[in-house]
Amino acid sequence: MASPAWEVVIGMEVHVQPRTRSKMFCGCAVGRLGDAPNSNVCEICLGMPGVLPVINKAAVEACLKTALALGCEIPRHTKFDRKNYMYPDLPKGYQISQYDLPMSSRGRLELGGREVRIRRVHLEEDTGKLIHAGDKLHRALESYVDLNRAGVALMEIVSEPDLRSADEARDYAMALRTLLRTIGASEAEMEKGQMRAEPNISIRRKGSDELGVKTELKNINSFRALHRAILYEVQRQTEVLESGGTVVQETRGWSDAEQRTFSQRSKEFAEDYRYFPEPDLPPLELDPAWIEELRRALPELPSARNTRLVSKHGLTAADASLISADRELADLFEGAVSAGAPARQTANWIVGEVAPTGKLPSAENLAELVRYVDDGAITRDQGREVLVESVETGRRPSEIVTEHGFVQLSDEAALQAIAEAVVAANPKAVEDYRAGKKQALQALMADLRKRAPQANPKVASGLLLKLLA
Amino acid sequence: MRRLVGSTIGELGKLLRAREVSTREILDAHLGRIEEVDGRVKAFLRLTPELAAEQADRADRALRSGEAGPLTGIPVAVKDVLCVRGVETTAGSQILRGFKPPYTGTAMTRLFDAGVVMLGVTNCDEFAMGSSTENSSYFPTHNPWALERVPGGSSGGSAAAVAAGEAVISLGTDTGGSIRQPAALCGVVGMKPTYGRVSRYGLIAFASSLDQIGPFARSVDDAALTLAAMAGHDPLDATSSDRAGNEVLSNYGGEVKGMRLGVPREYYDVQGIEPGVKAAVDRALQVLRDAGAEIVDVTLPHTDYGLAAYYIIAPAECSSNLARFDGVRYGMSEEDAANVTDAYSKTRRRGFGTEVRRRIMLGTYALSSGYYDAYYLKAQKVRTLIKGDFDQAFKHCDAIVSATSPTVAFPIGSRTQDPLSMYLCDVLTLGGNLAGLPGISVPCGSSEGLPVGLQILAPQWGENVALRVARAYETASGLKAEVAAVG
Repeated sequence: MASPAWEVVIGMEVHVQPRTRSKMFCGCAVGRLGDAPNSNVCEICLGMPGVLPVINKAAVEACLKTALALGCEIPRHTKFDRKNYMYPDLPKGYQISQYDLPMSSRGRLELGGREVRIRRVHLEEDTGKLIHAGDKLHRALESYVDLNRAGVALMEIVSEPDLRSADEARDYAMALRTLLRTIGASEAEMEKGQMRAEPNISIRRKGSDELGVKTELKNINSFRALHRAILYEVQRQTEVLESGGTVVQETRGWSDAEQRTFSQRSKEFAEDYRYFPEPDLPPLELDPAWIEELRRALPELPSARNTRLVSKHGLTAADASLISADRELADLFEGAVSAGAPARQTANWIVGEVAPTGKLPSAENLAELVRYVDDGAITRDQGREVLVESVETGRRPSEIVTEHGFVQLSDEAALQAIAEAVVAANPKAVEDYRAGKKQALQALMADLRKRAPQANPKVASGLLLKLLA
Repeated sequence: MRRLVGSTIGELGKLLRAREVSTREILDAHLGRIEEVDGRVKAFLRLTPELAAEQADRADRALRSGEAGPLTGIPVAVKDVLCVRGVETTAGSQILRGFKPPYTGTAMTRLFDAGVVMLGVTNCDEFAMGSSTENSSYFPTHNPWALERVPGGSSGGSAAAVAAGEAVISLGTDTGGSIRQPAALCGVVGMKPTYGRVSRYGLIAFASSLDQIGPFARSVDDAALTLAAMAGHDPLDATSSDRAGNEVLSNYGGEVKGMRLGVPREYYDVQGIEPGVKAAVDRALQVLRDAGAEIVDVTLPHTDYGLAAYYIIAPAECSSNLARFDGVRYGMSEEDAANVTDAYSKTRRRGFGTEVRRRIMLGTYALSSGYYDAYYLKAQKVRTLIKGDFDQAFKHCDAIVSATSPTVAFPIGSRTQDPLSMYLCDVLTLGGNLAGLPGISVPCGSSEGLPVGLQILAPQWGENVALRVARAYETASGLKAEVAAVG
């Protein structure tokens, strides 16, 4: 991490593949990772002579929904431009993108109680992929081109440099993913290449208003990699500056294998993209009535839900943000609560037991389970077992509890004998406890739970303490 | 045989429907004519006899079953920039030598569906860049009326094929005059439609915002019939118009009585116009006046800037459009290269001719950072002014009439060393492209024994106006597109 003298400044460019059946400008199917090379291509995305692009309306809609969910301004007129550069993965020798009249601008994303400003969200097309026989382009004997991804629609979401740490950058990317999934604009799976984050990183002296020289990181394909790459890069820049050097403005790659960033001989080195309006596509007029319709159809956004989880259900900020960041968890929570489960306990179960496994019970079953434990009818340990079984089989907790004969034993008379047996069987722990090692009680409780899993922990520990006194 | 060669669509259609002749006989007559004269004219780059035979048989079946339309069985020649599946299409360039498109463009599909018979692929300036067909990387085409002279360009092969009687109709593309100018120089009818009237899908792009596909024919009616078969919205071309109105291509009438025809003084006295051309235009104006039209003076004040704007916009678009010819997926590929940049340079240096390279460099420069505003943006502003000129002029007249080309056909080789003199060939036609207007060139007599063309420009979507004036002139003058003997 940067030393306290430095402030980290990060802006993010995130490319997201909108959920569309076909590519941005032709009818080709959007394939899957692992499809045979060049199996999802046609004369249009191959850039054959004489072909023309046609705009995919579903992609425009997904982009507008994203922009609206980010509170962006939508202009009346937008257009596509050509970004000219030659590379074998770019069949036409230009990428159709948006330059000076993007689909939207000036939005914001709420992140942990503050706003990250969004500069713009625009649409463009993806390029293909090069596969080199050999490890590096300049050493490869042969290079192959796979154009399955060429022409796949991409939304580019550009933030202002408002992020101040690797944690914030990762949280931003995760919040974006949640938002995109909530509104149905994209699956946004980083591992599947549906979402790619490119952080622009610089550091500056604390208190300075000027931006330092930035580097842009590429090849990042997970949230974990994003976090680590930024930490690495901040450390690298700090070392460069503190040893009297200067940061070079460049594009750097992230190597997951080596856990470091490296300078890439960037293809845009001194490149002039010669942007000009795409003459094959007339400017788009965005009908305000259509925009309003899209705005009205947006579901509740994660930030609004977060606020409600705190204000209406009384959750802690931490629980609320964890639950609201995942639409399925949030639906489960609110479903269980409306089925009669107490809110905070439900949140505890979701955060502690459900979220880590990623396997969700039905809302009704969770509600029933939480009530059993909350009423003291079964122990928390028993509850965990019931939860696992209920998730696996889909059966109701009440059936599982009955079948296993789970009940919580709170009867002091019945527990007294067990407690005495525990004390008798663990002379060392008893001695330790009496010598002042209070944590020895836990070993005794563990033995007691083994002998009587149904024991009410409160009652049992009270009995043990009496015997130890 | 001779009665079939040199006929119009209407004449052949009558014979076909009366069963006096079969489609195969018409095809054979034209293949015979090609055999007879094309060694001298060199209009065709390659013939497609198998496709033609198949289409002729299909046309004969359609005629027998009564499903024939007006174009059924009509032999057509196709410029080397229009993609037809499986037919080598090279844009007159070495870089595409051997390239067979995997698909057929929309205009061609529609013509095939209308029953035409494709004879072959015609010569043109490389990537349609030129005004004489001398920029073809294969060979120059010769003007059928004077073999030592150019046929005009860039669609010179298509114009010459109709003029020499090798085809009944043919297809060209017009970016700055590439249909109308060769039509004028070869003494045939050539029409550029309103931008957006015909789908460009399958047209190997030169300058996307200017290119349009259009017909060459022996009569105004034939041109209109051919255009009507290709016209109309295409979901594969976002710049093709979905507005209705293709009926203007069949119901245009033939009377100019009461029409006001504007003569722009900037066109009438254009620099370098030959006296013989001016005299032919004067005679044509008199014919139109006698037929009841009112001839009025109009002005297109920004004409002088049109050429400069055109030679910024067209090269800028071409520099981007031609980037795809990189030797990676199709066409020529230089394999002896140190790295990818070297492969690009070598492929493109060897594959593109001088004029194409010149325009790519001009366009790349005009779009460069720091020059964009001074060149491309300024040129687009001029384009807007030129459109405004035409809007103003059309408030005072129904159509605009002028010479199509300031000169008659010039000798082969006489302008190749001076690109600017070649660029001036388009000075009367490129305004129509910048403004997206429909225009037609019809034969209007001769000067020094060589054909002169009369250009009629109409407001956007006003093909019917241009066609009406053209047809009225054709009737009143009695001038027909004759078949050159090819001496």
